[in-house]
Amino acid sequence: MTGADAIALLPLIILAGTSVLAMVGIAVHRSHGFTLGLTLAGLAAAFGSLWIAAPLAPRRVTSLLVIDHYSLFYFGLLIAADFAIALFAYDYLAKRDVNREELYILLLIATTGGAILTASSHFASFFLGLETLSVSLYAMVSYLHLRRQPVEAGIKYLILAAASAAFLLFGMALVYAELGTMEFAGMGQIFFAGHASDTLLVCGLAMIITGVGFKLAVVPFHLWTPDVYEGAPAPVTAFIATVSKGAMFALLLRFFYRSGATNHQILLVFTIIAIASMLAGNLLALLQTNVKRILAYSSIAHMGYLLVAFLASGKLAVEAVTFYLVAYFITTVGAFGVVSALSTHEREAEDIDDYHALFWRRPALAGLFTVMLLSLAGIPVTAGFIGKFYIVAAGAASSIWALVIILVVSSVIGLFYYLRIVAEMYASPEREGLGTRSHVSSPARAVLWALAVLLVWFGIYPEPLLRIIRTVLPT
Amino acid sequence: MILLSLITILLVAGIFAWAAARWNVAAARWIALTATAADFIIGLAVWLRHYGELSLFPHSRWIEQLDWNWIPRFGIHFHLAIDGLSLLLLMLTFFLGIVSVLVSWNEIQERVGFFHLNLLWVLAGITGVFLALDLFLFYFAWELMLVPMYFLIALWGHERRQYASVKFFIFTQLSGLLMLIAILALYFAHHGATGVYTFEYQQLLGTPLSSTAAWWMMLGFFVAFAVKLPVVPVHTWLPDAHTEAPTAGSVVLAGLLLKTGAYGLLRFVVPLFPSAAHQFAPIAMVLAVIGILYGGLLAFGQSDFKRLVAYTSVSHLGFVLLGIFAWNELALQGALITMIAHGISTGALFVIAGLLQERMHTRELDRTNGLWSTIPRLSGAALFFALGSLGLPGLGDFVGEFLVLLGTYRVSSSLTIFAAIGVLVATFYALRLVQRAFHGPNLHEWKLADLNKRETLILAPMIAVLLWIGLYPLPLLKTFRPAMDRLQQVVGSAVALRR
Repeated sequence: MTGADAIALLPLIILAGTSVLAMVGIAVHRSHGFTLGLTLAGLAAAFGSLWIAAPLAPRRVTSLLVIDHYSLFYFGLLIAADFAIALFAYDYLAKRDVNREELYILLLIATTGGAILTASSHFASFFLGLETLSVSLYAMVSYLHLRRQPVEAGIKYLILAAASAAFLLFGMALVYAELGTMEFAGMGQIFFAGHASDTLLVCGLAMIITGVGFKLAVVPFHLWTPDVYEGAPAPVTAFIATVSKGAMFALLLRFFYRSGATNHQILLVFTIIAIASMLAGNLLALLQTNVKRILAYSSIAHMGYLLVAFLASGKLAVEAVTFYLVAYFITTVGAFGVVSALSTHEREAEDIDDYHALFWRRPALAGLFTVMLLSLAGIPVTAGFIGKFYIVAAGAASSIWALVIILVVSSVIGLFYYLRIVAEMYASPEREGLGTRSHVSSPARAVLWALAVLLVWFGIYPEPLLRIIRTVLPT
Repeated sequence: MILLSLITILLVAGIFAWAAARWNVAAARWIALTATAADFIIGLAVWLRHYGELSLFPHSRWIEQLDWNWIPRFGIHFHLAIDGLSLLLLMLTFFLGIVSVLVSWNEIQERVGFFHLNLLWVLAGITGVFLALDLFLFYFAWELMLVPMYFLIALWGHERRQYASVKFFIFTQLSGLLMLIAILALYFAHHGATGVYTFEYQQLLGTPLSSTAAWWMMLGFFVAFAVKLPVVPVHTWLPDAHTEAPTAGSVVLAGLLLKTGAYGLLRFVVPLFPSAAHQFAPIAMVLAVIGILYGGLLAFGQSDFKRLVAYTSVSHLGFVLLGIFAWNELALQGALITMIAHGISTGALFVIAGLLQERMHTRELDRTNGLWSTIPRLSGAALFFALGSLGLPGLGDFVGEFLVLLGTYRVSSSLTIFAAIGVLVATFYALRLVQRAFHGPNLHEWKLADLNKRETLILAPMIAVLLWIGLYPLPLLKTFRPAMDRLQQVVGSAVALRR
């Protein structure tokens, strides 16, 4: 490994280094504020180092990682999301009587794992990144270990994630047995040459899809989602919904873009998964009365939308996925930010009744939440609208009309439950709700406002972001 | 720039009104009133300045336009333009905008600032719809109307406001998304044919399409506009939304939102897909006649004042649909006049319903009787607009519906006969409304305040305008003419080409 390689890896090194520093810091001096400050400084430094690494891109660092504009873009996205989540976590933990500092170490490690996923071009780094991410998540989900729900959610996540990782490994082994390479690009060459026999390969790919599908929580691998979303602390839920899923989707895109491992059977599988996710996610969300569960099912549906763009294939599809993920990150982090801001030290603001007449008690928070929900619903003036437009455009360009129409219909079903929360927030105050007392620190408030501003900005004038996104294609 | 200012005045004033209401509620109302009045005056100035030109250069293109690059990635432009058709509808928008601010003066006492924010933003969205010439921008504005309208119904509406607002939102959103698919299909089809990515209306006109593709795209657009218009099988959101909305909301819905559907048919469906629309015309016209009769019959059966008026809209907008798909000069002129006259007369009826509700706290016609003896002026105004609604010669609606019937007769005499029966039905429901509410003995011994100055100020200009359209519609027709000629030219050449 040369010096240039080290510079290219600088964002990853800083992320990993910060987690070590934080660990040492806690051993020396346990202070919530200090650890947060260290974490934020590390994240900011890692974000800044993207510009140092950028001139070297694209660059292969060993055969495991590729640092190109695509991975740098996703690094930035993950780091930015993590920055906001860390701030929300500060408020959230400050209200609670637990060891607070370790969560930041876990956050940093998990983010490193996610970043490795987005940069990996090899099965080994794929698996390592995934496990780094997952193992930290087990602890994060059950972080409030004195309560029943988080522990239950943590165990559920642990068992299912371990099982799915086993599937993934077996799938990788089968693909390796057939193709003799673990590099994505190498697989592509063999595919194009047409030497591969089908049966083993399809089995292997199917198992890989199982592993990936679990992380993305698409139907039928979604069963853990509502429980884990509900049980995990709100900032951790935000992390699972964005960083974990986003990194996995980035990898999925790179894998299939590079390896070209698409035959009609695989595409059919993804089509079925996409349709099932869109419909099941939106329909099941209708039955929920818990806001975190609603957001869980809605995220299943959103992964289905993303798969539509993924299936559209081509350059437009990559752009659509990337833009949609940016919008989805901003929206989801913001939505869970509001949820965690409203939570009190006794419980989370997760029941829909907690949002009753929120607008008349906390107009700013209710307004922010409305913007986030409208963006999830894809209403104009928000980035969610441009994202949905992008996906429908990608679908229309590839003439996958059936998928596009199902997307449209299911997103209208989705409107019901988004509007239900909105209507609840603006109802006239009749009974006492939650959230009159919870305190939001000014940095967290600033982040929420910044997210809303970004959302509206990208919704009205997305061109600057589009210009960046057009330059990031996976190599 | 002047076109942009029409939208920005409303948007900015909305924010100011919201902020001002924290200190002074009356200030919010005055800001909203000033903004709508300013737009009205600007619109009027544009109209007067170009009125001479319209007759001198009947084929001049756009009166004003503004074209900026917006999202070059997709070839999206921020392109606003105005011709006679949009100008007239904009004048209606600002006129009814002033009316809805004034009518809310007493009715809305809670969250006044937020109310005016939503009201002004709905108007801004509608203005955008009438001005947009880029299909993406059009869709953007189209969707933008929904959210504030949803809030207007959901927050300030009557008893079943949640149900009505969600129903309204879902119907329009689903149909709008189908239009989005159609827009994108057209966009890619145009790229396939010419290699240019654009949402520009002018360039998309005359895109060569296979007849199946054109048919499906036309349906995508038609569904969106049919829901707004509304056309009968997809009208069910309308009675609920109109009835539950606050008065200003009902005025905007009936007077303006329905017109955006008609405008879309005129501007987009027929010109973009001339031959598909030609094939579809018989179906659309039959749906229109069904709407005319069905709306009229249901209106006759209602006992809720606002619901009754809401169903009359279904009937009247049937005439508009009929006129548009008959697509000849008389029918188109009739459709336009009906759109404007219906906006005024139905808007006024909703205002009257609101005034009555403010006084009596009920809209049930069973509870009202013999109001004439206690509120003669208000009752007189109600009689006037009811007569307008039933198509009394001399008032605006008559001119419009008469021209539509004349135009339709050239296309299909049997449909004309059925549509004419609709005019008869209108007599029944309009007179029944007047009879039940205002005539007879004052059984419940209502003692109510008659029109005050503000209310007179709302209704008097509406009476004047309706009379003006009824007696001297020439200025409207003259303004509309160049736009109509051009639409017909586009369609005519395209249909001729394909034969």
